[in-house]
Parts: sequence; structure tokens; C-alpha cells
Amino acid sequence: MNDFQPDPSWEALPLAAETRSLTHSVGIGRILDQGFGFLAVGAGISVLALAALLGWELYQGAEEAIRRYGMGFLVSSHWDPVAGRFGALPFLYGTFVSSAIALLLAFPLSVATALSLTEFAPVRLRRPVLALVDLMAAVPSVVWGLWAMFEMVPWLRQTAFPFLQRFFGWLPFFQGSIYGVSLLAGALVIAMMITPIVTSLAIEILQSVPLTLREAAWALGATRWEVMRVAVLPYVRSSLVGAGVLGLGRALGETMAVTMVIGNRPEIFLSLFAPGYTLASVLVNEFAEATSEEHLSALFEIGLTLVAVTFVVNSLARLLIRSVPFFFAPRPLRTESMETSG
Amino acid sequence: MSESASDPKRTVSSSAEGADPQRRSSAFQIEDLHVWFGNRAALHGISLNIPVHQVTGIIGPSGCGKSTFLRALNRMHEFIPGARVQGRIRLFGEDIYEASGDPILLRRRVGMVFQKSNPFPTMSIQENVLIGLRLAGTRNRDLLEERLEEALRMAALWSEVKDRLHAPGIELSGGQQQRLCIARALAVRPEVLLMDEPCSALDPIATAQIESLIRDLGQRYSIVLATHNLQEAGRTADCTAFFLEGRLIEFGSTKKLFTNPSQKQTEDYLTGRFT
Ligand SMILES: Nc1ncnc2c1ncn2[C@@H]1O[C@H](COP(=O)(O)OP(=O)(O)O)[C@@H](O)[C@H]1O
Ligand SMILES: [Mg+2]
Repeated sequence: MNDFQPDPSWEALPLAAETRSLTHSVGIGRILDQGFGFLAVGAGISVLALAALLGWELYQGAEEAIRRYGMGFLVSSHWDPVAGRFGALPFLYGTFVSSAIALLLAFPLSVATALSLTEFAPVRLRRPVLALVDLMAAVPSVVWGLWAMFEMVPWLRQTAFPFLQRFFGWLPFFQGSIYGVSLLAGALVIAMMITPIVTSLAIEILQSVPLTLREAAWALGATRWEVMRVAVLPYVRSSLVGAGVLGLGRALGETMAVTMVIGNRPEIFLSLFAPGYTLASVLVNEFAEATSEEHLSALFEIGLTLVAVTFVVNSLARLLIRSVPFFFAPRPLRTESMETSG
Repeated sequence: MSESASDPKRTVSSSAEGADPQRRSSAFQIEDLHVWFGNRAALHGISLNIPVHQVTGIIGPSGCGKSTFLRALNRMHEFIPGARVQGRIRLFGEDIYEASGDPILLRRRVGMVFQKSNPFPTMSIQENVLIGLRLAGTRNRDLLEERLEEALRMAALWSEVKDRLHAPGIELSGGQQQRLCIARALAVRPEVLLMDEPCSALDPIATAQIESLIRDLGQRYSIVLATHNLQEAGRTADCTAFFLEGRLIEFGSTKKLFTNPSQKQTEDYLTGRFT
């Protein structure tokens, strides 16, 4: 009897039967539960299917271009649909540079705004400012574009760019003729569009810092600055970075407003005053007019590239966030009882 | 603001060393303390002297104002919008709410331990203990090292963590985390230690450890211990104040208050006649 090893199925059977009879008596709740389970699984699958379908469609459309140009598509800088030359490098360059500049401008501004609001401003200011910020985040892209085209670009042309050129003209980024519409104008409008989003996220993140941590710092005689440095920033650092990357994701795919001010010229210039082009802009500009098979296929590949870039950026963000484990996935704390054994 | 009878200069000291029990009978002298949250009063005129180098227990049912009382003693209400404090609180003769008083310096003299242990999650054990000194501007490595060991020994944690001082503070068990927070508060050598239900989230063994720690520390520190656990006050406090609905009902030696209370309400509470 002692060395008897019970057959798992033998033991599982009566237990399962018992469980079933129990669940039967629960009745309607159980049915609803199951129904919800199916629904959730179905929704999950359909999202995946949609993503797969999108990827497949893009790939199908781009197949010809991929076969014909290979890697050359990504490293060539000649884009001339009439001559049948398709190199996407200027768009990649424009997308990365405009997004990077936008993030460089928007991220510090957003975090500073959020910090001043949560750490320094009176509490009663928080709600109205947050509402305003969220409102700004909801302004449609094309409205930002209109404003940028009629207000920002003339100001850049007449005032800001000449000023920059006078004092920083020795840098290659601020040389050449000034048109107003430019890579820098595109970057600025993206910066303005992602600032409210990143600010709003940063405020939420900062508000998520447990009061007990702030209190710990206060009780040790920390000043407001020190509370921020000691209790708040270390705790939220990785999630703030995550907010920034979300902003970057938005910047990479930003289309309408950028198209209206970036100049739409598929060339690579070192000067930020020169016109540029982005992946999203060329799609929106040329898709309707693309007549030849190869042009259309190249545009599909542009779309595929844009999806890939966004995907890579988002994955990097996730990795970054996971690299600091205590916030998003708290380490399991040891239980009280373990102390007694130690 | 200070009475002429007690020269504030004599009693003012920025560190705990050289505390002289003969000349200072009270750490805190509290007169007619009111605290409001918005227009609701949480404390209605508390007058109480916290004796030096003893453990003073504050007991009373949940919501009676224990935390509110403790937080008035290190000016923590200043972070709560709508909170208002009125009355006079003197720490060794010095009015802590005086306009010239610096709440930052006050909080270095009056340490606080909270209900839920709250080590800084990004910091190691060592960094947690030393953060108060770092904030106070201490850069001397020898001094930091000395205080690290001193504080951890006082918190009865040294032997358990001395081999992993660089491990994250949140990897410790709940009871150890609370002792880490006690060490963090002690590292700056405060004159008074406020403890707001420090054991209420701990299991019996961790609770016993911290209670014995409080008794030991009570020899050298003035401790104010808020607790809703009567036995805890009975085991650790030298004298005890009973609060009810924002009022001080009775204050006296723990023994007297527990065995022979002078107020009917105290007796009712001790015998569990109301919650
Ligand atoms: N931040 C706050 N805002 C408003 N009311 C508060 C706040 N803190 C405490 N109170 C009120 O003050 C009273 C005393 O609370 P508290 O001091 O926390 O009681 P205890 O610590 O004895 O349980 C309670 O009625 C509580 O609702
Ligand atoms: Mg309390």
C-alpha cells in the first residue's frame, strides 16, 4: 500500500465529476462566465487576425517592390516615380530626424510642465490645467497643420530662422536658404502636437507615486526639490521614458500637419532649414496619383516600413520599461512568515 | 513666543546628544491644539506634555485623531490642502509653528515612522538608511559608515542585513522593512520619534520584535506611539493618552490608566464597551 503510486487519471476522474456537479448548481453565473470567456478569446483572436491581415496585405502590395529593389529600397536616396526609381532613404531620414527633434523638444518640456504642476503648483490648479492639456491633445492634426502653415511658418521664415542663422549659422544645420517650410518646421509642429499627450501621461504617472513615499521624504526633512529627486523621479523614471516613447510613436506616424509644413522634397539635406519628407507624408501625397504598378508597390513598401519602424520603437520601449522591474512588475515581497525562519 | 520661565536658547539643541533629563521634563509641550480639515475639526483643543526619554502611547479608536495629532508634531499637515493647525506646540521650549521656524529642520529633529513601511523602492538598504543624512548635507564617508551601523544596530536589523547592505530595501520582509524605516529615521539622530501604528501591518512575531525595539529605544529617545492596539500600548508605553473623537480624555502613567482609569469613557473603551 505504501509504495502505491496513484494513477493521475484515476484520481482526477472522480474529482472532475464532483466539480462538474458543483458548477452545475451554480447555473446562470457559470454560463455567463463561459460566455464572457468565449467573447474575450474571440476579441483577442480577432485583434491578432486584424494585425496579421494588415501585415499580409501590406506585404502583398509591396512584394513586387521588395523583389525588384531588395535592400536598395531602404538605402537609395533617389525617389523619382516618373523615371521609375524608388529609394526610400530620404523619407526614413526625414521621419527619424523630425521625430527625434520633436521628441528632444517635447519631452523635457512635457516632463517639466508635469513636474511643476504636480510638485510645485497649488493642488487646485491641477484639474483645470490637466483639462486644458487634454483638450490640446484632442485638437485634430489638420487644425495644427493649418495653424502652422499660416502662423508658424511665416514667423519662422521672417524671424526665428534668420535669428538662428545669425547666431548658429556656423553649424551645418542652420545654413542655406530659408523658405520657412522645412524639416525643422515639421519637427516643431510634431513637437507641439505630442507635448500635450506626453504631458498628460507624465502628470498621470507622477500622480501615481504613492503618497507614503512622498511622506517618507518629507518626514526626513526633504525640500520640495529633494522630494522630487529622492522619492518621485527614481520611482517614475522608467514610466516617464515609456511616455516619451509613446510620444515618439505618435511622432513617427504623424501625417497631416507635417505634410503641410515640411516641404515635401525627397532629398537629404544636412540643413534643417531645407525641405524634407517623411514616410507618412509621401504616402498621403502620392497614393491617389500613383498610376504605375511599381509606384504603387513602392508606396506599399513605404507603408510596410512605417509599420516596422513603429513596431521596433514600441518594442524597444517595452524592453526599456521592463528593464526597471520595481514599477511595472513589482518584485514579489517576501512574506512575513519567512522572517521567522531566518 | 516662549514663556520667560523657560529660556528657549537653553533648551534648543539640533541633535539628540546631551539630552539632559533633569532639566527637560517635557519634549513636547502642547497647548490647546486644534486641527481642521476644511471646516471639519479633527482635534478639539488638546493640551498635553510629552515626557522626555519615555514612550508615550496614544490610544483610541480609529478616526479619533491619533495620526492627526502626530502629524501636527512635525508639521506634516502642511502638505494637505485645507488642513489648518492652531494652538501652541513647543519642542524643548521652542515654538515649532513660529513664523521663523523651519519645518525642514524640525523634521530632522522629529523623526517619523509610518503605519505602512515605506522604504524608497529604488534604493539599497544602505542608501535608505543614509538618505536623511545625505539630505542634511553629510558627505563625510567615515561618519556615514558609522551612522549606518549605529542606526541599523539601534533598529535591531544590523545582524540581519550587514552582509547585503547593497540589496534593495524592498527585498526585505515586512517586519524588516519597518525596522529599516526606523533605522532611516534614527540615522539623523532625532530628538523625538513619532510612530504611527508601526506594527498594525505586521504579523505577531514581527510585532513583538518591533515592540521590544520601541521599549529599548524609549530609554534614549522620546517616543510618541500611536496605536489602536491596547495591548501594544500596555506592553510598550510608559504613559498613555486616551483620545476620543478628537479630544484628550485622559492622560497618565500607563499602569494607572489601564488599571484605574479616572474617566468613565476610558474605562468603557478599555473594557471594550464601545468600538
Ligand atoms: N487628509 C484628511 N482630510 C480630511 N479629513 C481627514 C484627513 N486626515 C484625517 N481626517 C479626519 O480626521 C479625523 C481623525 O483622523 P486620524 O487622525 O487619521 O485618526 P486615527 O489616526 O486616530 O485613526 C477623522 O475623522 C478623519 O476622517
Ligand atoms: Mg491613523
